[in-house]
Amino acid sequence: MKQEHGGNGTRKYGMVIDLDLCTGCGSCMVACMAENNVPFREDETDKLKSITWMRVYKLTNGKPYPETDICYLPRPCQHCEGSHGHSPCVSVCPATATDYDSQTGIVSQIYTRCFGCRYCMAACPYHARYFNWYDPIWPEGMEKYLNPNVSPRMRGVVEKCSFCFHRYQAAKDKAYLDGQKEIEEDAYQTACTQACPAGAITFGDLDNPDHAVHKLKKQPGAFRLLERLGTNTKVYYVSSREWVRRAGDNYLKTEGPKKVV
Amino acid sequence: MKIDRRSFLSLGIGVAAGTALSPLPWKLTDDLSIWTQNWPWTPVPEIGETSHVNSVCTLCPGGCGISVRKIEGRGVKIEGMTGHPVNQGGICALGLSGLQLLYGPTRIKTPLRRIGKRGEDRWEKISWEQAISEIAEKLDVLRTSGNSHTIAGIAGSRQGTVSQLFKRFLTAYGSPNFFHTPSCVDTYQLAFQYMNGVSGAPGFDLENADVILSFGSGLLDGWGSPVRMFKANTAWRKANAHVIQIEPRLSRTAAKADRWIAINPGTEAALALGVSHVLIKELLFDKEFVDSHTDGFESFVTSKGEMKKGFRQTVLENYSPETVARITGIDPSAIILLAREFAKAKAPLALCGKGQGIIPGSLAEAMAVHALNALVGSVNRKGGVFPMPETEIQVWHEVAMDSVAAVGINQTNLIGAPPNSPCGTNQIPAAILSGKGYPLNALFVLESNPLYTMADSKTVRDAFDKIPFLVSLSSFMDETARYADIVLPNHIYLERIEDAPAPTGFPKPVISLSKPVFKPQFNTKHAGDTLILLAKEMGGAVADAFPWDNFEACLEEVMGDKMKTLQEKGFWVDSDAAIPDWKAAFKTPSGKFQFSPAEATLGFVPVAIEGDSTFPLLLIPYETMRMAGGYIANPPFMTKTVEDTILKLNDSFIEINPKTAQSNQLSEGDFVVVQTSRGQARGRVHLEEGIMPGVIALPRGLGHTAYDGYIANKGINANQLIGPVQDPVSGLDAAWGIRAKLSKA
Repeated sequence: MKQEHGGNGTRKYGMVIDLDLCTGCGSCMVACMAENNVPFREDETDKLKSITWMRVYKLTNGKPYPETDICYLPRPCQHCEGSHGHSPCVSVCPATATDYDSQTGIVSQIYTRCFGCRYCMAACPYHARYFNWYDPIWPEGMEKYLNPNVSPRMRGVVEKCSFCFHRYQAAKDKAYLDGQKEIEEDAYQTACTQACPAGAITFGDLDNPDHAVHKLKKQPGAFRLLERLGTNTKVYYVSSREWVRRAGDNYLKTEGPKKVV
Repeated sequence: MKIDRRSFLSLGIGVAAGTALSPLPWKLTDDLSIWTQNWPWTPVPEIGETSHVNSVCTLCPGGCGISVRKIEGRGVKIEGMTGHPVNQGGICALGLSGLQLLYGPTRIKTPLRRIGKRGEDRWEKISWEQAISEIAEKLDVLRTSGNSHTIAGIAGSRQGTVSQLFKRFLTAYGSPNFFHTPSCVDTYQLAFQYMNGVSGAPGFDLENADVILSFGSGLLDGWGSPVRMFKANTAWRKANAHVIQIEPRLSRTAAKADRWIAINPGTEAALALGVSHVLIKELLFDKEFVDSHTDGFESFVTSKGEMKKGFRQTVLENYSPETVARITGIDPSAIILLAREFAKAKAPLALCGKGQGIIPGSLAEAMAVHALNALVGSVNRKGGVFPMPETEIQVWHEVAMDSVAAVGINQTNLIGAPPNSPCGTNQIPAAILSGKGYPLNALFVLESNPLYTMADSKTVRDAFDKIPFLVSLSSFMDETARYADIVLPNHIYLERIEDAPAPTGFPKPVISLSKPVFKPQFNTKHAGDTLILLAKEMGGAVADAFPWDNFEACLEEVMGDKMKTLQEKGFWVDSDAAIPDWKAAFKTPSGKFQFSPAEATLGFVPVAIEGDSTFPLLLIPYETMRMAGGYIANPPFMTKTVEDTILKLNDSFIEINPKTAQSNQLSEGDFVVVQTSRGQARGRVHLEEGIMPGVIALPRGLGHTAYDGYIANKGINANQLIGPVQDPVSGLDAAWGIRAKLSKA
């Protein structure tokens, strides 16, 4: 079953986000919310509780006016591979509610298994996981827009970015029905990638030389967040500005930012 | 039976042992675990057949194509339409949130008549027939008493068939008071009229420019057609084009630009003239264009025999880098370098219209920037700016006016301007309150929210209090609708057929067709149908001007043969339209580009913003892509993306430079009262290095009092703190800010 599509069947989906192109407009955040039935409340200003699978951070270079500079950094779940799938969250989950899928490289989250211990949240170095402190409530009539491909979550469970796994499933089904062995690059794209008006996000199989991300991740200026933790993430960032690359990890003043590859 | 200690204990132990051996505890534990795993109130969305319907988004004047994903009858997601000429598949946060507006709790579900005090939000539901006949009756009384000119209409959009139909209604009825929500397009239009001799909205061929000099335009903050601008920015990065952003605050645009030059707010025109000075002095300008196709560059003698200084002399005499440096706060050497870089470019392009361009702005500034473009020949050419050819987009048959209409329509309008000067909306409140001219007896507001969006909210409300009859045609219970006497709810853009012409700033004539993607959710009507019904109810010549059965029939007629393409493709591009070349482009009396038009003098005219020296700071409002600040208020998704350094609980943060904060003894998060000559508000301060010392900033889009709990009573409405400042020539609002002070709260 594991190798139903021939070859070795494994893919390693990941993203390359060009921070020089990202304008911080927030389309990716909203596209994600709309696609994945992310709940909302009247007050969303407590950002520790505000569920945003995709969150755009604002970084500054810390220099005084007028040398100040700002960079926006979109942060989905980084889908850490660690070494052999030992991502920080997967290692600590006592309920096997989150798992590393070696077929796709996607870190899953199974809501019905999760009992809300939140170990994974403590383990995640990227704050990519969110706990449902409240029941999701949609104002009367608004539940009409809910996407049936993603189940709404209930109070007491943790949720996070799934790389729009339901889109992968749909693409896989379609490929199977069409008799194709491979899922085409554009057949499976995440909602944020599709929405980004600047084209800053590229998504695909990092190991597949035909996919754009394969080449993009190796370009100069590419880096990953907290590279030295060994989380081995699948979200690459690109920036031409050194201070931005430095902001990707906690470096000593004398150190240069670590290069990918 | 006597219960002693021994028997009590043995009974207790017996009961405990018995219960433990029975299935009861296991059953209870099981039930409890099942109960805690049940969430019957968490909805399970229904599955069904998926389909996609293409349409166009009209939530802003950007005009992006959208593709709505539907499952059976309901919409689950709005995405960008691939292949649409404007947005090419991209979409913004507001466009993505459209379904929250469609299904949201702020929709008005049925026509309403006010029963409480104004703004008290107490209503009775009435039928459409009742609503229409009641309004028609009122209008009839006014008309027969010779007061047809004392009604007015404010439309949210400047173009489009619904807006034109609204104007037509007022014309047939006999009122010269058609207004629209103004923007920087109005100012540009005037600049074109005076300098190019051609009227038209501006088209900016930004994709083909290689040095973009933006005088405060929020190119990536929602200026023009936002998604198009994001795409253009990506194209600039790949083509190594240079973007130079000039503004006092490090906006997203400034942060993404290649260079951010901080400038004293309101002095942009001086810099444009300073750059022109260097271009002329160092002979860096496009000599061929200036010599052969322009007029007024050299000094000349007017028809009255007076000597008038030309552009060259004016600029050389008054705007040397040193003088400009004193005004703008920018180094003289930086000005010279800027000018050289601009001149060296193959396709340099300068543009203005601050932020999203929702304030029309100073005409002198628009002219100074336009003159700068002319100096380098970037008018009417690839990579330049030009008035969009005014093709006949809609073809209307003439209104046959009866005697009442003919008299009414020829009156001066409410603000004392010639009939149907649609841009003076900002002057309406003052005109009403001053009591000069005639009183306004009824106001119709179509898809617009002046009580929130207009500067100086309090005065606007005072003025509205003097209008005896206020009708709002809106889809949402916004501030103005809540203040109205009768509310006529519209279909929202996803429920109606409508044309969306000319995305702001787009250099090609494009019309898109918005289609009814969904059946109406509530007892609402298409605003066009409402107007037709109202006209028919009025009878006589008014009804005769509206011979259509419904809006769709009207749209088909005025669109003519374009309608077929619109129905099939969803958009229509005028493929014949070409930018007229320099020989044919200018329709001024001399047939050339006019540097020194008679109507307005080129020069730096500081906008006289309000406030005296007791207000030591400058407050500037700004716009962002994460907040909708116009007629449409933020849907919940968008508010969720707003940073906690802008809004925390219900408090707005006022952006302030740490130095300014220090001198005012303020630290991060302190509660303050911000005060201007127009009003005051309570908020908190957020220290940010990316803002000029002495300047404080507030975003537009917060501080709503109407709508729902997801946006109401959150933060400060910047408009309540700012007054409109009339441009001396155009009369349009040119206020880029106001003087303010902060005190600890």
